[in-house]
Amino acid sequence: MDLLLLCFEFFKIGIFAIGGGLATMPFLTQLAENYPHWFTLEELTDMIAVSEATPGPIGVNMATYAGFKIAHIPGALIATFSLIIPSFIILVSIARILRKFRENKYISAGFEGLKPAVTGLIAAAAYTVIRLTMFAGDTVFANDTVNYKSVILFAVLFTAMQVKWLRKTHPIIFIAAAAIAGIVFSF
Amino acid sequence: MIKSLLSLFFAFFRIGLFTFGGGFSMLPMLEREVVDKHKWTDKEELLEYFALGQCVPGVIAVNTATLVGYKTRGILGSLFSALGLITPSIIVITSIAAVLVNFMHFPVVVHAFTGIKAAVGALMASAVVGLIRGNVLKKNKNKTSVKKILIANIPPVLLCAAAFVLVVFAGVSSVYITVGAAVTGIFLFRAKTRDEAEDNV
Repeated sequence: MDLLLLCFEFFKIGIFAIGGGLATMPFLTQLAENYPHWFTLEELTDMIAVSEATPGPIGVNMATYAGFKIAHIPGALIATFSLIIPSFIILVSIARILRKFRENKYISAGFEGLKPAVTGLIAAAAYTVIRLTMFAGDTVFANDTVNYKSVILFAVLFTAMQVKWLRKTHPIIFIAAAAIAGIVFSF
Repeated sequence: MIKSLLSLFFAFFRIGLFTFGGGFSMLPMLEREVVDKHKWTDKEELLEYFALGQCVPGVIAVNTATLVGYKTRGILGSLFSALGLITPSIIVITSIAAVLVNFMHFPVVVHAFTGIKAAVGALMASAVVGLIRGNVLKKNKNKTSVKKILIANIPPVLLCAAAFVLVVFAGVSSVYITVGAAVTGIFLFRAKTRDEAEDNV
């Protein structure tokens, strides 16, 4: 039964996550909130790290990892295929009229609305992940224990990423540096 | 036939195996395999497929693979291309996930991953900054008046803020927000794109 639900949920992500791999993240954080026995937000953060640090598109990696977490290899296969089947069907069926599709007035107007909203969705996912890492409680404002080491590391890394000549640095470098910092300063 | 399908599969297998992160970081490798080595498309066509891959749901790299495969060998071609691209991910991720489970409770691994979580947060925040620059804020390209550009910025900024607030504070599903934003876009911007088209004439 879980496999069927898994198939349904990732099919849904495959239909509604528009804008590439990053766009799947808000859907995955909502999966963690709706199905805590599948994976927790904390585990999801580990999955994002592994997906960014391994070869392949992030969206595919995350689906495979999430599926594996839920139901091992069958889960990994079902989640990954369910994610890519909707766009596969859409593309194959409109392949002949793709150019017209892209230039269609309604489609491009829809995308004008989608782009900022998807940015907001990804920002919400980022907020969820950051809140989880920095603050041990449920909200930022309630009596939480702040994880100062994480806050400082976050601030340093985020600032480094905004520096012009570091902007092209591969995510793996930042992830590796953070892992070393985590071990050295025993986070 | 079989040979060309297999060469599609393995070309995209290599692309999946040797690129990290997907998206634009995949372009150089795509170009090398698809344009230079196999001559399935020219560079311009590949870039157009890449752009089209962003206009439908799903993972952009998989969509691009599907389109290149379709152009080369029809539906079977797109099937082999997409499968080739995702196979390395499936192998690598399941292996890592299977191994990692046994080490997750080691103190060293716990410390490392606590540090890594801060990096993931920073990477996501940084991606959001880039997206806000690229997808939300309108730049003053045609040297129009400041007032005009401010007004043009209102709808996208509101849409972005509304999506964020609805998810974080009201727990609304991303599905509804996606559908709602597309519909809003059609109502808000349909007339505008017509205006712009008239301006260009």
